Amino acid sequence: MNDAFDIRGESHIEVHKFRAGAIIVATLLALVIQSSFPIHFAKAAVLDLPLLVTIYFGLSRRNPSTGLLLGMFIGLLQDSLSGPTVPLGLYGIAKTIIGYLASSIGARLDTEHPAARFALTFAFFIVHQGLIVLTRRILLAQPEPWFNMHLIVAALVNGLVAVFLFLLLDRLRKN
Amino acid sequence: MVAIPSRHKSLVLLAGVILLQVLMLAVQIKRDAEGRLIRVWTVGAVSPFERAGSSGFGWIRNTWRHYFALQNTTRENEQMRRENDALKLQIAQLQGKAAEADRLALLLKFRQAHAEVPMIAARVIGVSAGTASLTIQLDRGEHAGIRKNMGVITPDGVVGKVVEAYPNASLVLLLTDKESGVGALLADSRIQSPVGGQGEPLLVMKYVPNDDTVNLGERVITSGMDRIFPRDLPVGTVTEIKSGNPFKQIRIKPAANLERLEEVFVLLSLRPLEMKNEGNPADAQAPAPGAVTPPPAVRR
Repeated sequence: MNDAFDIRGESHIEVHKFRAGAIIVATLLALVIQSSFPIHFAKAAVLDLPLLVTIYFGLSRRNPSTGLLLGMFIGLLQDSLSGPTVPLGLYGIAKTIIGYLASSIGARLDTEHPAARFALTFAFFIVHQGLIVLTRRILLAQPEPWFNMHLIVAALVNGLVAVFLFLLLDRLRKN
Repeated sequence: MVAIPSRHKSLVLLAGVILLQVLMLAVQIKRDAEGRLIRVWTVGAVSPFERAGSSGFGWIRNTWRHYFALQNTTRENEQMRRENDALKLQIAQLQGKAAEADRLALLLKFRQAHAEVPMIAARVIGVSAGTASLTIQLDRGEHAGIRKNMGVITPDGVVGKVVEAYPNASLVLLLTDKESGVGALLADSRIQSPVGGQGEPLLVMKYVPNDDTVNLGERVITSGMDRIFPRDLPVGTVTEIKSGNPFKQIRIKPAANLERLEEVFVLLSLRPLEMKNEGNPADAQAPAPGAVTPPPAVRR
C-alpha cells in the first residue's frame, strides 16, 4: 500500500499527505491574508480563511487528533493576532472543535466533491460561529445574538470560496 | 491504570485541549495581562509577513484600480466632466448676472442723479445687420414714448439718436456712423464744433481752425446746439490732433463704449434738455430756457 494512502475498514477513504511544510505555509498564509486583505478590500472581512484551512486539512488528514491540534494552533494564532479585545482561546476553542469534527467526518465520508465541500463548509461555518457565540455568552458573559442574516450570507460566501480554495490546496498534496 | 481505547483517545485529547483553553480564558478574565507574551510572540512572528502581505495587496489593489478597473473611473470621469461643464456654465451665468447687476446699478445711479430729466432705460436687442450703417436696436419703441430723433445716452456719454421708432422697438444710429453728428464743444477751450462719425471707432471734430489751441486728452462735451442732447454730456476725449487746411483734424475717442452696449437711456424729449454736470461743475451752464418736460412715459 502506498504510504500516502490509508484504507480504513470498507469505506476506502484516502488519507492525504502533504508536501513538507505545506500545512504551516498554508496556515501562515491564511492568517496573513486574513489580517491584511480586509485593509484593502473591506468586504473580504466576511471570509474566515483560517477556518477554511482548518476544515480543509481536517477533512483531508482525517485524523481527529491531528485535526483538533491543528485547529487549536490556528485558532490560538488567530486569537493572538486579533488584538486584546479577543481573549486567547475564543477562536482556539471553536477551531479545535471544528478541526475535530472535520477530521471525524472526513474519516467517514468522501469529501472530495465540490458540493460536499460547499455544504460542509457552510455547516462548519455556522457551527464555528455558534461556538464563538456560546463561548462569549457562557464563558465571557458577553451578550451576542445567535443568528442573523449576515451569518447565512457569510456562510454561503465562505462555502463558495472554500470550493475554489480547496481545489487550490489539493495541489499541495503528495501524489 | 485503566487504558483508554484508541478510538477514544482523540476525544480525551479534545476534552483536554478544550479544558486547557477554557482555563486560559478564565485566567485572562481574572487577570487582564495574562497571555500578553503569547500575543507578543505571535504578532512578532507574523507581523513581517502581514506587512509584506499588506504591501502586496495594496499593490494589487492599486494595480487593479489604476489599470484594470477603469470602467468606474471612466464613468466617474465623465460624470465629473459633466458636472464641471455645468458648473462652468453656472459660473458664466452668475458672472453675467453680476456684470449686469453692476451695469444696472450704474444706470440706476445715473437715473437717480438726473431724476428731473425724462428718460427711459432700454435694452439693446440687436445691432446693424451689415457694415453699411452703425445702428443698434432697442427693446422699446413708440409705446414707451420713444420718437424719432430722440437722443440716446449711457452714464458714460452720448450714444446716438433714434432714427426709427416702431411700436415695440426702435433703431438708434450710433455716433460713429458716417451720417451721425452731435453738437459739441471742447470742455477747456470752449471751442464749439460738431462731432461726427466716420464709420470707424473714432469720431471726428470738424471745423476747428488751425489757430485755436486744442490739447490731447481734452474732454469733449455736448453743446446742446443740436437740440437733441442736453449740454455737458460727455462725448469723448481728444486722442489725435493734426493740422489741416483750413481746419484741424481732431480725432476723438467716444466716451461711451459703443461697441459693447447692453443698456441705454433714451431721452424722452424732442426739445432741449438740461443735465446736471456732476463731473465738472464749473462747466455747468444755465438751463436752456426752452427746456420742457414731456408728458410722463413708461419708465423702468
